[in-house]
Amino acid sequence: MSSGSIVSSTCARCRPVKPVSVAAYPRLRAVAFRVAQSIPVVIGVVVISFLLTRTLPGDPAAYFAGAAADEASIAEVRKALGLDKPLIQQFFIYVGDLMQGDLGQSISSGRPVATDLASRLPASLELTLTALILSCGIAIPLGILAATRPGSWVDHLCRVLVTAGVSLPTFFTGIVLIYVFYYLLGIAPSPLGRLDFIYLDPDRVTGFYLIDAALMGDWETWRGAAKQLILPAITLALFTLAPIARMTRAAMLTALSSDFIRTARAAGLSRGTILYGYAFRNALLPVVTTLGMVFSFTLGANVLVEKVFAWPGIGSYAVEALVVSDYAAVQGFVLAMALLFVALNLVIDLLYTAIDPRIGFSSK
Amino acid sequence: MTDTPLKTTPKATGGFDHLIYVLRANPVTLLAFGMFALIMLSAILGPALVPYDPLQTNAAKALHPPSWDHWFGTDNVGRDVFSRVIVATRLDLWISVAAVALSFVVGSVLGCIAGYWGGWPDIVLNRILDTIMAFPLFVLAMGIVAALGNTIENIIYATAIINVPFYARLVRAEVNIRRSAGFAQAAKLSGNSDVRVLAMHIFPNALPPMMVQVSLNLGWAILNAAGLSFIGLGVRPPTPEWGIMVAEGANFIVSGEWWMAVFPGLWLMMAVFTFNLLGDGLRDIVDPRKRT
Repeated sequence: MSSGSIVSSTCARCRPVKPVSVAAYPRLRAVAFRVAQSIPVVIGVVVISFLLTRTLPGDPAAYFAGAAADEASIAEVRKALGLDKPLIQQFFIYVGDLMQGDLGQSISSGRPVATDLASRLPASLELTLTALILSCGIAIPLGILAATRPGSWVDHLCRVLVTAGVSLPTFFTGIVLIYVFYYLLGIAPSPLGRLDFIYLDPDRVTGFYLIDAALMGDWETWRGAAKQLILPAITLALFTLAPIARMTRAAMLTALSSDFIRTARAAGLSRGTILYGYAFRNALLPVVTTLGMVFSFTLGANVLVEKVFAWPGIGSYAVEALVVSDYAAVQGFVLAMALLFVALNLVIDLLYTAIDPRIGFSSK
Repeated sequence: MTDTPLKTTPKATGGFDHLIYVLRANPVTLLAFGMFALIMLSAILGPALVPYDPLQTNAAKALHPPSWDHWFGTDNVGRDVFSRVIVATRLDLWISVAAVALSFVVGSVLGCIAGYWGGWPDIVLNRILDTIMAFPLFVLAMGIVAALGNTIENIIYATAIINVPFYARLVRAEVNIRRSAGFAQAAKLSGNSDVRVLAMHIFPNALPPMMVQVSLNLGWAILNAAGLSFIGLGVRPPTPEWGIMVAEGANFIVSGEWWMAVFPGLWLMMAVFTFNLLGDGLRDIVDPRKRT
C-alpha cells in the first residue's frame, strides 16, 4: 500500500483486453510457479494422513478382522491389507490407491469411503458457502463503515462483535439459536437435516438442494430447504464474521490513511470513487488472505455445526465414524478436507493476481 | 495476527508506568484480569467450594430448573449443573494450559534452531509447518485423536501439534532478525557459546510477542478441546467438562430444558472471552502500535 499504488490501481482498472505477450509471460510463469509450490504440500498432506492411518491404536489387522477373529484370520487380514510389507512399500500402495480414488472401505456404511464422501460433500459445501456469503455480506460493509467512521456507534458495534465473535463456541451458538428460534419462537423448523420429511428430495443435479430445487422449479421444496439451511448458516456465519470484519476494518484504515487516498481526495474525486475504487481495492488483498484462514476454521467448525443440526454433510459423517471407530472413514475425511483446503489456498493465491497485479509469487 | 511482527519495541524504562497507563486507559483489560483471577480461583479451589458433589446423581431431582438450591438447575440424572460447571474449570484449563505450554516449548526450540542456524533445518521445518497448516486445524486434531486413541492426553498432544506452527514461526522470525545484531555478536565475541547466546541473549527478545500469542492461544485451545469433547473425543462422561455438558444438554434443548446446555456454554464463552481480552490487553501493553 505504498504511494505507488495509485498507478497500479488505475492500471488494474484499465487492464488491456489482449495482454502484451512480454507482460503476460511473467504472470503465467508466476501462476505455474504457485501451482508447483503446492505440490510438496500435497505430498506432505498425503504422508501425514498415511502416518495417521498406520498409527491406529493397537493392531489394525486385528481391528479390521473383527472381534471374533482368531490368529489365522488376523494374519490373513494383515496379508490382505498389505500390513505385513515394509512401511515404505505400504506407503506406495497407499499412494497408488489414492491415485485411483480409493480411500478404503467404510465399516459402518459398507461402501467405499470416497463414494460416501462424494455423496455428502454437496451438503457441507452448500452450508459452508451460504455461511461465507452471508458473513462476507455483513462483515465487509460493517468493516468499511467502522473504518470510515472511527469512534461512531458502528465502530463500537464492530469492536464488540469482533471480540465476542471469536469467543463464541460454534456448537453453543447453534444450540442457543435452536432454543430461541425453534423452541421459544417456533419460527424455525426442527433442526434435523437438510429437508423436512414432508418434502421429497429434489432430483440430484448439483447436490445443492437450493440449486436443484430451483432448477426443477419446485419453489415449495426450495423454501423448505432454505428454512432448514438458515439457522446452521447463521451459526457458521456468526463464527466467521469476526475475523473478516476485523481485517476489513484494519485494512480499510490503513488504505484510507495512505498518501494516494489523500492525493485522490485533493484531486476532487467523489467519495464513492475514493472509497470503493481506490481504498477498498487496496484493502481487498489482506481481506482475501483472511478469507483463506477463515475457510480453514469454517471447515473445522462445520463438523460441530453439522452435529448440532444433524446436517448430513461430511462433518457429521466423520463424527458418526468416530463414534463407531470407523478409522478409514475418519482418515478419508481428514485427507479430503486437507486437499480441499490446499486447493482453496491455491485458488486464493491465484485470485491475488486478479486483484493486485503487483503481486509476484517469487518474492513470497 | 500470525504475521511475523518484525519490529516490537518493548520499552525497558517506564514499562511499569506504561502498564498502569494502559490499565487505566482501558478498563476492559482490568476487567479481563479480574475475570482471569476468578477463573484461576475456581480452577484451584473449585472442587473444594462447590455445594454438591459433581458426580452425585439424584433421580428425584432430575431436570429441575435453576433455583436457590441449584443455581444452574440440575441435569437429567439430578446432578447439580453449577457444581459441575465450576469443577470442570480445572480440567478444561489444564488441557489448554498443558497443550499451549507444550507447543510453546517445542515451537521455541524449533524456531530458535531454524532462525539461528538457517540452512536445511530451516527448510525442513518450514516444509513441515506448511504441511500442518495445510490441514484445517480442528479437522487435523480430530484425525490425530482418532489415530492416537481417545484419551485426554491425546487431546492435549493434538492441540499442541496444531498450535506449534504459530509459535515456531514467531520465534523463527524474532530470532532470525537478531542473529547478527550488534548485541548478539558482542555476546558471541566475549566467549559465549552459540547456544548460550541464543538462549540468554536472543530468545528473551521474542518473549513479549510470545506472551500475547499464548494468551490468545489459550482461549482458542479451550474452544478446541471443548469442541473435540463435544463430538465425543477425549473426555468421557460422567467427567464434568464444558464441551460434554453442552453436548448432553443439546439433547434436552428442543424440549425446553435450556439450563443444562446454556450454563456450561456461557462459562466456556466467558473463559475464552477472558483470554482473548487478556491477549488484546497484553498486546496493547507490549506493542501499542498493533492496536486494531
